[in-house]
Amino acid sequence: MSDQPRMPIESGTPDHFQYMHPTLRKNYGQWAYHDRPRPGVLHHVSKNGDEVWTVKTGSARQLDILTLRTICDIADEFCDGHLRFTMRGNMEFMVTDESKVEPLIKRVEEAGFPVGGTGNSVTMLSHTQGWLHCDIPGTDASGVVKALMDELYDEFVAEEMPNRVHITTSCCQINCGGQGDIAINVQHTKPPKINHDLVANACERPAVVARCPVAAIRPAMVNGKPTLEVDEKKCICCGACFPPCPPMQINDSEYTRLSIWVGGKHSNARTKPMFHKLVASNIPNNAPRWPEVAAVVKKILKAYKENANEWERMGEWVERIGWKRFFELTDLPFTKYHIDNWRGSRNNLNQSAHIRF
Amino acid sequence: MAIEKHNTPMIDQLEDGPWPSFIKGIKRLRDEHPSERINAMANDLLGQLETSYETRLGYWKGGTITVFGYGGGIIPRFTELKDDEGKPRFPKAAEFHTMRIQPAPGFFYNTDMLRKIIDIDEKYGSGMICMHGQTGNLMLVGMDSDAIQPCFDEMNELGWDLGGAGPCVRTGMSCVGAARCEHSNIDEHNIMRTLLNNFQDDMHRPALPYKFKFKVSGCANDCTNSIQRADMAIIGTWRDDMKVDQDEVKAFVEKKGRKYVVDNVISRCPTNALSLNDDDTLDVNNKDCVRCMHCINVMTKALSPGDDKGATILIGGKRTLKIGDLFGTVLIPFFKTDTEEDMEKLVELAEEIIDFFAENALEHERTGEMIERIGLANFLEGIGVDVDPNMVERPRTSSYVRMDGWDEEAAKWEERKKAAAS
Repeated sequence: MSDQPRMPIESGTPDHFQYMHPTLRKNYGQWAYHDRPRPGVLHHVSKNGDEVWTVKTGSARQLDILTLRTICDIADEFCDGHLRFTMRGNMEFMVTDESKVEPLIKRVEEAGFPVGGTGNSVTMLSHTQGWLHCDIPGTDASGVVKALMDELYDEFVAEEMPNRVHITTSCCQINCGGQGDIAINVQHTKPPKINHDLVANACERPAVVARCPVAAIRPAMVNGKPTLEVDEKKCICCGACFPPCPPMQINDSEYTRLSIWVGGKHSNARTKPMFHKLVASNIPNNAPRWPEVAAVVKKILKAYKENANEWERMGEWVERIGWKRFFELTDLPFTKYHIDNWRGSRNNLNQSAHIRF
Repeated sequence: MAIEKHNTPMIDQLEDGPWPSFIKGIKRLRDEHPSERINAMANDLLGQLETSYETRLGYWKGGTITVFGYGGGIIPRFTELKDDEGKPRFPKAAEFHTMRIQPAPGFFYNTDMLRKIIDIDEKYGSGMICMHGQTGNLMLVGMDSDAIQPCFDEMNELGWDLGGAGPCVRTGMSCVGAARCEHSNIDEHNIMRTLLNNFQDDMHRPALPYKFKFKVSGCANDCTNSIQRADMAIIGTWRDDMKVDQDEVKAFVEKKGRKYVVDNVISRCPTNALSLNDDDTLDVNNKDCVRCMHCINVMTKALSPGDDKGATILIGGKRTLKIGDLFGTVLIPFFKTDTEEDMEKLVELAEEIIDFFAENALEHERTGEMIERIGLANFLEGIGVDVDPNMVERPRTSSYVRMDGWDEEAAKWEERKKAAAS
């Protein structure tokens, strides 16, 4: 008998305390308040009187191990060998001695990590995998983020926005990517191109038919082979059929475009959470630096920065001033595509006589 | 052996600028890493990525790869860029799978462990590590098929386990929580671990209709974005009075001025539950307060959550596919999570939900879509949860409903009221 394969230890999610700095462990659940001495630094004070300063830095999120070792060196040098990451791909270096804050900032900046992302800043874009690793991407993710964060760098290292700005990207139209104050998402503009020779072998056809949100796909025979066809009048070009059926190619060098959405927010502070809303589309997928996307994003951020009140998130600001004023301030066209026609769409119409002049 | 470096004029442009560059990182692996295997893999990854940038198309296809004993957790990637003879154009990165690993709640690491992970990735992977994916996985990006099993074995021996991929319970996420945040109302990390570790079988052997995600946030600021992204969102809150340190309120008013406090605290309360007194102390109408966190966010020293803490549980959040974005909606307005018994009840609730989902959802249907299809009331009945006015924004506005069970339902309400009073 051959060697028994090693069976996995189903240890699951590991214990957090083993990786936490001793001061965090000691004060777990005992924190009293925090303040922000400067952009990029958080200062937490515990009920026991212990203090922790957190230096928050950006990162490329997709990290090479040589850079990661530098990150470990910094954590060893300043933070007793501890650090954490945030869900938006930032890094947090924590120290218990205030005098270490400035040298730590100097050290991380020398290593190429910008200090910021706290409070009312434009923090790191949360993003997906893109051309680097996804099997269905309409665009890149890390590259879009790198190009945009270069443009928004000054807003990352400062806290000059009315409230925090969360930007997200998504490299397909259907699945990943979060809600954001600004969301930059792939938008396909043509139905899938079907390679009928491959469908029968590559796709579980009933599952693909079921996947379509608008029932536009039906079984068909082409050249004597079972395949699928798309009713192009019904098709909304979302690409949902592409993952279960790669011969239904949705991505296109020209017709895969980008849309920009604004006003999403997950926090319950003040207003309830909101979804982002469409504001601009048909923006070219212009690698490697996507300048047209950056131009629109900067226009929106400028209008928000100049016009919103303190503590107003982007979506709250727009709800106060109204969409008419938003499109005026940002100088973006309002089209028939902005008018929702999906399920529940009447809730997105103006069901009142409240008019802005 | 020196490698022939691919010409990459497009992605080279992503080396400029002040933000950290992942292209620089990959090039570091190609040019500076001592391992020839990693140099060659990075070079061919750059070649494939440059092709994507030129043609604006992706070139990875999926497949089925896992480790002994499991059915998921690996994201297989095979290159589709082949020459006329069907040979990969970038052979050293022709297999570029990702290993999803469940991190500790709060994404905490010590460097001793992080260096060990780096060493393992250096031995088996491409040298690229994603910290972290959007669901919450630590991802070792870029590994060929033969490396998967030995890499996992070493990671597993160190105490790391595979995350979720496919139609299964997915890796979870928790905010920084009690470890470094005064807004924490629950033991976020313990809740995340307890829930996930109860469902490891459902994570490692994908057999659900579709993915199922847990996310835990310690307060209504919801830093993990759970309302929009988690099938089961656990959000910390409290049900007694919010705490007010009136001396600190006065100090805040003194420092920021009355206008600032009125404009940015009092008038921003969504339910008008705050009032600034003539002596610069604060009145709170706790009956009207919805625990939104705004005033506490602004006045971190003066205001804080109450003592009787617990969680609000929401169900059904998700992104677009298939019926459009859905928010999670309230399932349990207030759930205590203090004792072991409380935690057992929480796990039982999650089990009820996942069992119901497994039996009743259509293939590729998320919980939110299933509930949209069958109605919340039917779902509640299915998992044995009583109705509560906190579950609705407003009652039904349509009369198209058969209501001949009204008296029985009204009697249930009265019974529950009586039970709660006794």
